Amino acid sequence: MSGAELRVVRVSGAGLARVDPLGVVLAAAGAAALVFMPFVVFKSNRIVPGDPRSLAQVLPAWGALGCAAVLAMSALVALWVADARVRLVLALAGTAAVALAAAAAGDALTPPGDSIVRIAPGGAFWVLMVCLGLLATDATTRLRPGPAVRVLFLAGSLAVAGLALAHGTFDHLSVMREYAINAVRFAREARQHLELAFGSLAAAALIGLPLGVLCHRAPRLRPAVLTTLNVIQTIPAIALFGMLMAPLGALAAAVPLADRLGIRGIGAAPAVVALFLYSLLPIVANTVAGLKRVSRAAVEAAHGMGMTSWQVLTNVELVLALPVILTGVRVVLVQNIGMVTVAALIGGGGLGAFVFQGIGQTAIDLVLLGAIPIVTLAFSAALTLDALVEVLDRVKA
Amino acid sequence: MIAVESLSKRYGETTVVDDVSLTVERHSVTAIVGTSGSGKSTLLRMINRLVEPTSGRVLIDGRDTRAEPAYLLRRRIGYVIQGHGLFPHRTVAENIATVPRLLGWNERRIEARVRELLEVFALDPATYAGALPHQLSGGQQQRVGVARALAAEPVVLLMDEPFGALDPIIRAKAQDDLLGIQRRFGTTVLLVTHDMDEAFRLGSKVAVMSGGRLLQCDRPAVLLTRPADPFVSRLTGLADRAMRLLSLVTAGEAAVPGASDGPAVAPTASLREVLSELVWSGADSARVVDADGTVRGRLTVAAILAHGRP
Repeated sequence: MSGAELRVVRVSGAGLARVDPLGVVLAAAGAAALVFMPFVVFKSNRIVPGDPRSLAQVLPAWGALGCAAVLAMSALVALWVADARVRLVLALAGTAAVALAAAAAGDALTPPGDSIVRIAPGGAFWVLMVCLGLLATDATTRLRPGPAVRVLFLAGSLAVAGLALAHGTFDHLSVMREYAINAVRFAREARQHLELAFGSLAAAALIGLPLGVLCHRAPRLRPAVLTTLNVIQTIPAIALFGMLMAPLGALAAAVPLADRLGIRGIGAAPAVVALFLYSLLPIVANTVAGLKRVSRAAVEAAHGMGMTSWQVLTNVELVLALPVILTGVRVVLVQNIGMVTVAALIGGGGLGAFVFQGIGQTAIDLVLLGAIPIVTLAFSAALTLDALVEVLDRVKA
Repeated sequence: MIAVESLSKRYGETTVVDDVSLTVERHSVTAIVGTSGSGKSTLLRMINRLVEPTSGRVLIDGRDTRAEPAYLLRRRIGYVIQGHGLFPHRTVAENIATVPRLLGWNERRIEARVRELLEVFALDPATYAGALPHQLSGGQQQRVGVARALAAEPVVLLMDEPFGALDPIIRAKAQDDLLGIQRRFGTTVLLVTHDMDEAFRLGSKVAVMSGGRLLQCDRPAVLLTRPADPFVSRLTGLADRAMRLLSLVTAGEAAVPGASDGPAVAPTASLREVLSELVWSGADSARVVDADGTVRGRLTVAAILAHGRP
């Protein structure tokens, strides 16, 4: 018993004595940002540069002190506490404090009834969010949570953020101002974004999976197929959209039915086709790699026991290749969620529409209205599929 | 009974199996030996049609194996390969239940059969039925592989280097187990190995292959005393052929009436083991004694040595 006590003392002693290197960087960056950069920017309308405001300027004294105290605690923990759970809790607390402070700043700086002024989060806000995010990521990595915990954690974070948004906590911040103006369009573009990303993934899976199986069964076909798909992968997205415009436009002109179905040179059709083509390589390559990884003895035994070729494929080969195939699906999904953004350029719609409109109008808040959900979607998709792959892989490791 | 009639397999210009005819008696164990590339595995795989013969035919109990689709044929033939080939994503019980499931047995019958086999192979069902293959030792995995092959009560069991991946001690145990199982279920076993000792130990008949041809198929003692081809005597080993011959005869078979004050040996011991015992103890003869203490007779050194000559 005294041994255990001793160990506790020694560990905490060592923890206090040793300064965490990541903590130094994060605490220094956060502190510098808070001192030298604006916490929010007050703009009298959406396109003027705006005045910088510090944390102390925008919050009542108790609020600013409270927020600073939480951030100071986070910094101290980042510097000296080795326990990953404590680090995670303080990172989350710091994130909440910064977010709430920004929300409060928005409420305080917006004149009642005014919808012209824009209160945008400033440099300090973003740097702090990045630092706290890194602290949280680092702590989570150290904790090595299982796949289920990771997905639950993601769902919890999204739920909290969603509740805060629904409650109107951030309604006076610039991005939410843009959302309020564009709410109906946002819903439409978000749906379009997901449809384009998942639709092209589904099409790629439908074609790519059989193609991968075929490449596995007929090795002579493999180099030709994979080389072709590799070449497609090297074409820049914009160029591929451009290359598809001519044939799809011609198709629409020649076949009225195609035109009526929405298959035209611009719009969703070339976007879906391009994303589908990009998606094929990861799906086919991973299907081939996954099938190759399947124990040859297991396949031989399956045939030897009297399974039909179809049974061997579905009950043994594909089941055992599934984690690798799903890794390909993950790559495709994350890639598609990002690449759909560019589809807005050719009238394909999606959240990219806000990004490009915002760039055109130099309205950075509009860009963020498109970009933040895209990043969140991609991150959530990656995390969820990673967890799924891990669960499947663990079963048969 | 398996009748292999003029079976050949050619890939383009290469003849892998060349006009092999062979008969395997029901309830017997036949070992096919040969160097690698001798065509022994291909011969075995033509019997369950994992490889389709170029010419010739195979009859199992008088029925041509091509009379039904290959996958239906294979469900009636047990098949064990080197490295067991267990399905890594399925539990031990599910692995064993593979062929019964394919045959559409009802769940109760499958469960009873799985339990029976696990007990026969000394794997406690409570511990192992739900385990995944990677949680087992190499020897246990191999036993599950054999259990899986026997699950649907096949009349014929084909084994392709079944013990090749096991270390010597576990291999000896697995060989003993196989003989016990074969006696218990009366299965006809055809086994491919490159290990001469294994072939002599397991096979009531041994088939020697080289360059795709079957050189000789006979009882082990005949291979040693009347090899049909110089390659057969090279493969069986000229230097220790006398000792091999001795290892084929048990003390019980060779004992003659009479008394001896030499060391006691069991009737199941081979003459090779008895001779070794006599050399070690310096005695001239041994007493053959049953497990219950009954003296079955004696064995003199001279009598033993006589068994080591053709």
